[in-house]
Amino acid sequence: MSKKSRSRGGGGAGAAAGDDHEDLARPPPLQAVLLADSFTLKFRPITLERPKVLLPLVHMPMIEYTLTWLESAGVDEAFVFCCAHSHQVKEYLEKSGWAEKAGAGSMAVTAVESHDAISAGDALRVIYERGVIHGDFILISGDTISNMSLKDALQEHMDRKKKDPLAVMTMIIKHSKPSILTHQTRLGNDEIVMAIDPETKELLYYEDRADNSHLYVTIDKDILTNNPSLQLHNDMEDCYIDICSPEVLSLFTDNFDYQHLRRHFVKGLLVDDIMGYKIYTHELRSGYAARIDNFRSYDTVSKDVIQRWTYPMVPDVISSRDCSESRLHRQGIYKASDVTLSHSAQIGANSVVGSGTSIGDHCKVLNSVIGEGCKIGKNVLINGSYIWDNVIIEDGCKVSNSLVCGGVHLKAGAIVEPGCVLSFNVEVGKNVGVPAHSKVSLLPQPSNEDSDEELEYADTNSGVTESPPFSSMRSNGDQATVPSEDESGTFEIGTCGVVGYIWTSGDTGILEEWRQSIAPIPKEKLEELQHAVSEDDGSEDESNNPTQPDKDDSSDIAVEDDDPFSKFEKEVEETFQRALGGGVNQDNLILEINGLRLAYSLQHADCAGAVFYSVMKSALVAAQSTNDTLLKTTAEALGKWKDLLRNYTKTVDEEMEILLKFEEMCQETTKEFSPLFSKILPFLYDTEVVSEDAIMRWAEEKEHADESDKVFVKQSEAFIQWLKEAEEEDDEEEE
Amino acid sequence: MLVPLPLPLPPRKTLTPPRLLLAADPHPKSEPPPHLLGSPLRAPPCRTCSHSSATSSSSLSAVVRKVEGSHAVARQTAELLRSVVSQHRMGSSANQAAALADAVRAVGEQLIAANPIELAVGNIVRRVLHIIKEEDISATAVGIEGLSVTVDSDDEYDSEHDDRPSLSAAVLAAHARNALRAPSLQTLLEDIPVSPAISRTASSTGDSDGKSKSAGDKSSTRKLKHDVIAAIGDLIDEIDSCYEPISEQAVELIHQNEVILTLGRSRTVKEFLYAAKEKKRSFRVFVAEGAPRYQGHVLAKELVEKGVQTTVITDSAVFAMISRVNMVIVGAHAVMANGGVIAPVGMNMVALAAQRHAVPFVVVAGSHKLCPLYPHNPEVLLNELKSPSDLLDFGDFSDCMHFSTQDGSPLLNVVNPTFDYVPPKLVSLFITDTGGHSPSYMYRLIAEYYSADDLVVRRKSTA
Repeated sequence: MSKKSRSRGGGGAGAAAGDDHEDLARPPPLQAVLLADSFTLKFRPITLERPKVLLPLVHMPMIEYTLTWLESAGVDEAFVFCCAHSHQVKEYLEKSGWAEKAGAGSMAVTAVESHDAISAGDALRVIYERGVIHGDFILISGDTISNMSLKDALQEHMDRKKKDPLAVMTMIIKHSKPSILTHQTRLGNDEIVMAIDPETKELLYYEDRADNSHLYVTIDKDILTNNPSLQLHNDMEDCYIDICSPEVLSLFTDNFDYQHLRRHFVKGLLVDDIMGYKIYTHELRSGYAARIDNFRSYDTVSKDVIQRWTYPMVPDVISSRDCSESRLHRQGIYKASDVTLSHSAQIGANSVVGSGTSIGDHCKVLNSVIGEGCKIGKNVLINGSYIWDNVIIEDGCKVSNSLVCGGVHLKAGAIVEPGCVLSFNVEVGKNVGVPAHSKVSLLPQPSNEDSDEELEYADTNSGVTESPPFSSMRSNGDQATVPSEDESGTFEIGTCGVVGYIWTSGDTGILEEWRQSIAPIPKEKLEELQHAVSEDDGSEDESNNPTQPDKDDSSDIAVEDDDPFSKFEKEVEETFQRALGGGVNQDNLILEINGLRLAYSLQHADCAGAVFYSVMKSALVAAQSTNDTLLKTTAEALGKWKDLLRNYTKTVDEEMEILLKFEEMCQETTKEFSPLFSKILPFLYDTEVVSEDAIMRWAEEKEHADESDKVFVKQSEAFIQWLKEAEEEDDEEEE
Repeated sequence: MLVPLPLPLPPRKTLTPPRLLLAADPHPKSEPPPHLLGSPLRAPPCRTCSHSSATSSSSLSAVVRKVEGSHAVARQTAELLRSVVSQHRMGSSANQAAALADAVRAVGEQLIAANPIELAVGNIVRRVLHIIKEEDISATAVGIEGLSVTVDSDDEYDSEHDDRPSLSAAVLAAHARNALRAPSLQTLLEDIPVSPAISRTASSTGDSDGKSKSAGDKSSTRKLKHDVIAAIGDLIDEIDSCYEPISEQAVELIHQNEVILTLGRSRTVKEFLYAAKEKKRSFRVFVAEGAPRYQGHVLAKELVEKGVQTTVITDSAVFAMISRVNMVIVGAHAVMANGGVIAPVGMNMVALAAQRHAVPFVVVAGSHKLCPLYPHNPEVLLNELKSPSDLLDFGDFSDCMHFSTQDGSPLLNVVNPTFDYVPPKLVSLFITDTGGHSPSYMYRLIAEYYSADDLVVRRKSTA
């Protein structure tokens, strides 16, 4: 297959010389595979009713942007793979005129339908079986917005392939700095670490840091030895636009377990050195490309479109295809010609108002997109929100940073808090407040969700069809909806409360909602993150993602350089906590702690102190009610971890360190131990964590210290005395 | 400053001075005033349109978007309209010309809506409508004279407006009135009887000679179509060769050892300067680079290839250099009916600098750039905001656009307008293919190319 395509490409090069202005005039038609299904659940509950690619992004379905771009990029033939809601996608293609177009100069669009595909891998296997792809093709998902010129990237790909048939794929990447605070890109994705050969642009390593448990990047040493130079990037964004050779399809077929394009396919190819396939990158210099993967990226890309980064795919240019025509006014306000706008209504910068929409007196619309045929009453405040078509918003409503789908009805005085998603035709009653980050749909939440994202049957119709007639709205988890004022207990439809099911947030939990919602990150969260970065990054451990910055790349090094020891201590403590919780093998724990020690370039003695601190802390956490139980748990903990501690107390200095640490703890951080000092000290001696030499030296050192420092020496005077006597006895015995 | 007199006009000089042509006028008009240009006047898209070209035009409208530069756009539009005319099936209805015009209007409307900023599209659509009207009138004139016209006299009709010896004086006058006058009530009324006139003549001849009726009818429609296609072909030729008559005037304007300043790159300006150079004029050119697209760099290269002394300056240095400049010569995107110019961004600044130092500001523009509309709010409505990526690198500024940490509202806004509006009072002279004209004369020049009732290109609701 590859041979065939290559010979075609070679033959085409000569013939192409005749064509002048057409970008990519070549005899073998340029093909594209467009995945009209995201195979994720990020846009639920909306995607239960409409496929993601048909969701409007600033008035136009996302797929329209993608198809328009493909056509302008010179693609001759596009295969639209549709799975979930395939009839809707096909209907759209026919209605919008894409499907019927055929002939010179325009792109032929063919729908490929499958009902059992559950991942991008399956989709490509189906495409392969159809045998419609003959040459190199562009792989893109139907939610990608771009205006880049493919010419250079394609040329690069072709040239490379001529030289090296194993170069099967060119990934388009774009420079975009992730936020230092959240370690997210602007699109709400996790940052990606890539290693790229600066000369050949070959991709050597790819890791999206979805699971933040990775504190560092592990790069195979082969990569380092085989490449004289490589660049590590965490400031690149994956555009999810790939130029693929036909081999890619057969690779998917051969490796039937490849599901995800990046996590499986790309990583699989990079790891597999038997076949030797190579992936290259093309950095996008001028031009825009972004994929809408979650609500955050929906928000960001919408704003980019409004700010015209996607030119010419901007509302006033591209709207010619359908009827609505909008014009750009000053300050980035797009308004259709037939908008009924009250004189006292105020439309702020960077807003879009669709045709046939009426806006009443004293309304304020800021940074928002309002669809077609909406009716907005008086004194409505809409801020940073996306209102789709035919929405009715009655007087005095407030909508901020939310997504309101078509046909939604907000009754007077309703308040929609940031981050909400109201799916199609939901009704919100009078003076009802929809709490932040809630998702409301007329369809109930499918119960059989399994947590693994990849295995999920994205947007399939199954399990949805048997939705009960919604007489008993608010049934599913209605504790989340607290009608603000009139909690009168009546559940009549439409008079109060919300018509629709309130979806409980998935396994990500409410803690993570802020990451990918439309609403901006709340101030408190930002401050918290700021705090975490500037002071000590361990404080984030409640959310179970201890971050370790500055391991990653070239761009943002040295965010904080305060006391490395306290940081180290925190790290050790966290590691220890994990060991406690997950039952990590003690050997591994030692390894990890040693690793940390090396990373912070500290002494063995420091380690001892830190480990001891962690052990004691764990005892303290376990029981803190009375001194007796504390003593008991401490004894238990010391008993359990004595091997670990002993590992670090090989010399007297280290033992001293433990004692000093213990003293310090009693004085400063954990005063709970102070009355027990004298009782725990013998225990330490018994478990052979500290030797008598160490205790004696400690006592000697303290002799000359201040009175306040001697508290614990005095407290344990009896024990020291006993030790001394025992020593003398020993001496005597020996003599 | 030498201001060449306007070239001799076609024999229409005796007409009363045209009253205001385009401004909101007191005359009763069936059409909305043209100042509504900004607000779209679009009928629902013509999906149901039965013209075979209608579907292709919607894709071609996308093509028009892609074509850059008013010259290329004008050419493509003319070619498209020619194919529309040639594909148009002449029905047997009496008013052939009106049907043809309607077909053109339907496509033209879509084209204009596809790219309202590119005024050349509208200009060409209006020119074609004007051509149809003229050819129709000449055909009527022939009809009055009887069906004596032989096929070999066709060639005379191919040329666009001038020399039409066989026309009767009455028709010529009517035609000229039609072209130059505001759409008064009279012209509106005149517009309607055209069709009865044809049918009447046809029937009158038919009465006398029943046999020749159908044959004559058919041949006349075919001839109309043929003439229109030929005339559009002339129009395309005219667009193609518009640089020649303009650059012929270069020697008269550029004198020995003068310093010329220009902004950005205009092909018309380039040809103009080339022509002066070929005539052995020695002069120097300051090229303002024309941020953010820096087309001035390209122009500088081209000029140096021809051996012209060239200096590249930044746009912001224009004011500092203008005192050493003898003349500013620039291109335009469009010339409006009031003599105002839509030009690449930065031009207004250059014009103001030129005015401050009393340096002549000369605009060179082909006739396809003459737009019969008045600019209303041109800074916004006739402007186009391009992608900010011309100005900034997205990657470098991506950290300024983390909306999630900026409370939702973008803090960084980038505005990248394409055009400037230069008011007529800042323009010293226009050089078009018909010669040099002062801004206040532009409305009259424009009136020669367009019929007054085509200003708003919209399909008439056909009964």
